Amino acid sequence: MSHRVIRVTLPYHLQVLARAGAEVTLEIDHAASIGAAIDALELKYPMLQGTIRDHVTKKRRPMVRYFVCEKDVSHEPPETLLPEAVINGEEPFMIWGAIAGG
Amino acid sequence: MSSVRVLVGTAKGAFILSSDGKRDKWEVQGPLFAGWTVYHMKGSPVDPDRIYASQCSDWFGQVIQRSNDGGKTWDQPSGEPVIDLTNPTPGTSNKFVYEGKVGTHMWYDGTPHPWEFKRIWHLEPSLTDRDSVYAGAEDAALFLSKDGATTWKELPGLRDQRGSEWQPGAGGLGLHTILLDPTNPLRIYIAISAAGAFRTDDGGTTWKPINRGLRSKYIPDPDAEIGHCVHNLALHPSRPDTVFMQLHWNVMRTDNAGDVWTNISGNLPTDFGFPIEVHAHEPETIYVVPIKSDSEHYVHEGKLRVFRSRTGGTDWEPLTKGLPQSNCYVNILRDAMATDQLDQCGIYFGTTGGQVYVSPDGGDNWSAIVHDLPRVLSIEVQTLP
Repeated sequence: MSHRVIRVTLPYHLQVLARAGAEVTLEIDHAASIGAAIDALELKYPMLQGTIRDHVTKKRRPMVRYFVCEKDVSHEPPETLLPEAVINGEEPFMIWGAIAGG
Repeated sequence: MSSVRVLVGTAKGAFILSSDGKRDKWEVQGPLFAGWTVYHMKGSPVDPDRIYASQCSDWFGQVIQRSNDGGKTWDQPSGEPVIDLTNPTPGTSNKFVYEGKVGTHMWYDGTPHPWEFKRIWHLEPSLTDRDSVYAGAEDAALFLSKDGATTWKELPGLRDQRGSEWQPGAGGLGLHTILLDPTNPLRIYIAISAAGAFRTDDGGTTWKPINRGLRSKYIPDPDAEIGHCVHNLALHPSRPDTVFMQLHWNVMRTDNAGDVWTNISGNLPTDFGFPIEVHAHEPETIYVVPIKSDSEHYVHEGKLRVFRSRTGGTDWEPLTKGLPQSNCYVNILRDAMATDQLDQCGIYFGTTGGQVYVSPDGGDNWSAIVHDLPRVLSIEVQTLP
C-alpha cells in the first residue's frame, strides 16, 4: 500500500504542546482509519499521548471531538475508515476540544 | 543577597514571582501553560533549577512539565517531537496507570466506583535526588518517578489500606499532601480527602492509617480509623515526628509521627480551614487561615486573617496588618500557603480571588505581590543563594 499524507488540525492547546501549527501532516501507511490517524499523530508527536485518548484503553477523552467533511465522527469506532477526501488530502481530519460552558 | 522564587499554580496557568531578599519589589513571569489548570509546581531541594509542574485540563487530561533552568523554559519529559519515526520515543511522561487489579473505591452515593485517574494534585521532589519525584493523584494514589518524571510507577500498598472504603471529598478523591521525613528516607506521610492520613516506614511498600485522635462529626463513626477529611499536613524538618494538621474542622498535632493526634484549635474563631504551615526557623510557630465553614468557603467575618501560634497551637493570634479587614470573601486552598528559608522567615499565601500575599517578617506585616491572578491553587517558595 502506498503512503498517503493526511492533514490533521489540532486545537490550540494541543498545538502548544506539540510545538506545531494549527495543521500537521501525517503519513499513513496502513488502513486509513480514525484510529490509525491517531496512532500516527501520537507516533510523530509523543507529547500528545494521553491528551486525545486514554493511554491504556485508547478510548477517546470525553471532551475531545473528531470532525471530517462536516460530520462529527467522534462516536464512530476507531476502525472506521476515513473518507476519500481526507485520505487524498483535500479535507483535514479535525480534532477539537468540545465546546462546553456558557 | 539571597533571593526568592514563588511558584504559583492557578486555575488558568502558572506564574513565577521573583524578588531579592527584601521581598518588596517583585518581577512577575507568566502565564505559563496559559489556559490550563496548574494544580502544583515544586522545585527540587537538590537542584532548585529543576522544577516540576502538574498541568491539567478537563479536555486534554494530565501533562507533567519539567524545567531545568528555574522555570525559564519547560519540556514534557519524553515528549520531544519525533524526527526518526522508525525509532520513536514512548511519550510516557503523562502516563499514570494504577498497578494490578484496579478495583473500586466508594462513590458519593456509597456504591463501588472504579478507580479512574483524573489528575495530579501535588508533586513532591525527593530531598536527595533531583530526578526522583512523588506525585499525589486523584483518584487517590501515590506515584513515583525515578527518571525525572519520564515514567511513573504507582506505590500500590497505600490503596491496600481499605481503599475500597475511601470516599471522595467535595473536591474529589485527591492525594494532596506528601511530606518526606528529612531524617528518615523510608518515612513518608500522605493525606487524602476524604480517607485520612497515612504513613509508610519502609519507603512506600506498606502503609498504615494514622488517624487516631481525629474526631469528625460528619462521618457515622466520628473516631473511625479511616474516612477523615484531612485538608493539609505540615512539619518542621528539625522535628519530623511532630506533624501539624488542618483537619476539615479542627487543627491537630501529633508528637509521635501520627500515632495519636490532639486538638490544638484553642481560641481560633473557627477551626475550619485548608492550609497549615510551620515557620522555617521556629518549629512551634504555625500558621492557619480560618474559614467560616464548610458550607461557606470564605474567611470569617469578611476579614482576611492569618492566625499564628507561637506555642505549637491552642493559643492563636490574628495577623491582619496589610490584609483586607472588611468585605473580603476569598478562600485559601490547601496547597496555597508556603514559607521561605530566609533569616527573617517569609510567609506567603494565595487566594481564590487571585491575590498572592507576602509577609517578609513572619506574619507581622503583609502586602499583596499581585492582585488579579486567576484563582490560586498552590504556592511554593524557593529560597535561592
